Amino acid sequence: MNAIDLGNLDVSYGDTRVVHGVTLAIAEGESFALVGESGSGKSTILRAIAGLAPDWTGTIAVMGAARSHAVDRAVSRQVQMVFQDPYGSLHPRKTIDSALSEPLAIHGIGNRGERVEAMLKAVGLDQRFRFRFPHQLSGGQRQRVAIARALMLEPKVLLLDEPTSALDVSVQAEILNLLKRLRREQGLTYLLVTHNLPVVSFLCDRLAVMRHGRIVEIAEVAQLKRGALREPYSRELLAATGGG
Amino acid sequence: MTSPLLDVKNLRVSFPTHRGRVEVVKGISFTLGRERLGIVGESGSGKSMTGRSILKLIRRPGLVTADRLGFEGIDILAQSEKQMRAIRGARISMVMQDPKFSLNPVMTVGEQIAEALVTHRRLGRREVRRRILDMLAAVRINDPERVAGLYPHEVSGGMGQRVMIAMMLIPEPDVLIADEPTSALDVSVQAQVLDIIDALVTGKGMGLILISHDLNLVSRYCDRILVMNAGRVVEECAAGELDKARHPYTRGLLAAMPTIDESRDELPVLDRTQWAGT
Repeated sequence: MNAIDLGNLDVSYGDTRVVHGVTLAIAEGESFALVGESGSGKSTILRAIAGLAPDWTGTIAVMGAARSHAVDRAVSRQVQMVFQDPYGSLHPRKTIDSALSEPLAIHGIGNRGERVEAMLKAVGLDQRFRFRFPHQLSGGQRQRVAIARALMLEPKVLLLDEPTSALDVSVQAEILNLLKRLRREQGLTYLLVTHNLPVVSFLCDRLAVMRHGRIVEIAEVAQLKRGALREPYSRELLAATGGG
Repeated sequence: MTSPLLDVKNLRVSFPTHRGRVEVVKGISFTLGRERLGIVGESGSGKSMTGRSILKLIRRPGLVTADRLGFEGIDILAQSEKQMRAIRGARISMVMQDPKFSLNPVMTVGEQIAEALVTHRRLGRREVRRRILDMLAAVRINDPERVAGLYPHEVSGGMGQRVMIAMMLIPEPDVLIADEPTSALDVSVQAQVLDIIDALVTGKGMGLILISHDLNLVSRYCDRILVMNAGRVVEECAAGELDKARHPYTRGLLAAMPTIDESRDELPVLDRTQWAGT
C-alpha cells in the first residue's frame, strides 16, 4: 500500500491554477522531498493533502483511503502537517500543554496528560516546558513543539513544509536529527517541501523537482548525491546550491 | 597597503533591560580595506548590530562605544545626525534583508532610486534619468525603462533586491554593508544577486561587508571572514582557509551543515556549554 497517492492533481486558488496534473506515489515508510523555487506549487500540494486548499480536482489518497474535499477526521488521524515558521504556527495564548492536548480533545482521545508527557519526551523537550507559552521558548524548541503537536494523533504520514528554513544552522541540525530518529522509531512516512538540497540528501530517499506547478523530474537521492540529475532545470537548481 | 577605509577598535553595543545593561557586541575590532569582508554568526551573535553601528543606526536607549570607529579619518561616533546624513548613502550604504519591507510601497522604483541620488547631489532631470536607467541596467534588469515606472509590489523579490542594490550603489559609496541581502530570496536567485553585488563592488574598488548566517555563501563571495558568537569575534580567517578553522564554534557550525553528498547518519550538534554565551 502506498502512503500517499496523487492522481492527476490540479489545485487552484480562485481563478489561478497553481498545480497542474501532478501524479505521485509515495510508499509507506518512505521519505520523499518536493524541491523547487517559490511559487512552483510544492507547498500547495501539501496543503491540498492536509485539506487546507480545498479547490482541487483529481485524486488524493492517504494510506489507501481517498480523501474528500471536506474536513475529514479519518484523514487527520493519518496525516498531519508541520509548518515552516515556528513563531507563527503556535497559538501565542495557549500553553504548550493545551496546544498538544487540543487534537486529542477534538478526536475524543483520553489519557491526555500522560500522552502529552510522553510526547514531550519523544521530541526531546524537558517536562518543565509543558505549562509555558510559545514566547518563552526558542525557535528550535518551538519547532519541537510543532512536531510534537503533529504527532499527537499518532499519524502515519507527516507533511513537512520547510521545517528548518527559519532556524539557525546548529538548531537545524538538531531538528533534522530529531526528524530522522522519529521516522526510524515510529515508522513514519515523510513528504518534505524544501529548497535546501543538502537537507534532502540527509533526510530523504527520493525527490521530485517542481517548476511552474508541474513535476519536472523524479529522482533517487543517490542521483542527487552524485550530481546525476537528468533535467537541465534540476541541474540548474543543483548548481545554484553550490553542488554539482 | 593603503590605510583602511574602516577602522574599528573595541566596539561595544549595549541595551538596557530590567536586569541591567546587556552587551550584544562585546568589544570587537577589525579593519576594512577595499576588499570583501564576511561576518558570519547565528541569530543573536551581534553581527547585524555591528553593521548598524558603523552607520550609527542604533537608536537610544541602545548605546554604542568604541576606542575607535573611524571611516577614512572621520570619527563616526563624534558626528552629529546632520553630518551622518552626508555619510549615509553617499559614502557608506546598506542593503537590507527584505525588499518587501525596505522599499517604499507608494513610490515607483525610478522615483526611489532618484531620491537616493538627488539627496546627495545636484543634477539635471535628464541626467538623473539617464543615470537611473544605467544603474538598473548595471544590476541586470532587462527593460529599465519599464521597470523604473513600476511600484515595488509589481516586481518579484529578486528584482526588488536588485532595485535596492541599484538604489544603494547609485551615489557611488566607498563601502557597502549588505545585511543578509539574499536570505529572503530563492536559492536560484540568490547566486544572481550576489554575483551582481560582487561584480559592482569589485569593479568600483569598493569595500564590502557581507553579513550572513550562511558560512558557505560567505566563503564563496568574500576574501576574509569573521566568525561571531555571542557578541565576540571567535575566529578570523581567509575565506579559502575556512576548512582549516580552529575554533570549536566554527568547526561545530561547519560540521552541523548537511552536505549535498551527505552520508552521515546523524549530524553533530553544537555543545553550547563548551563556550560562554547562550
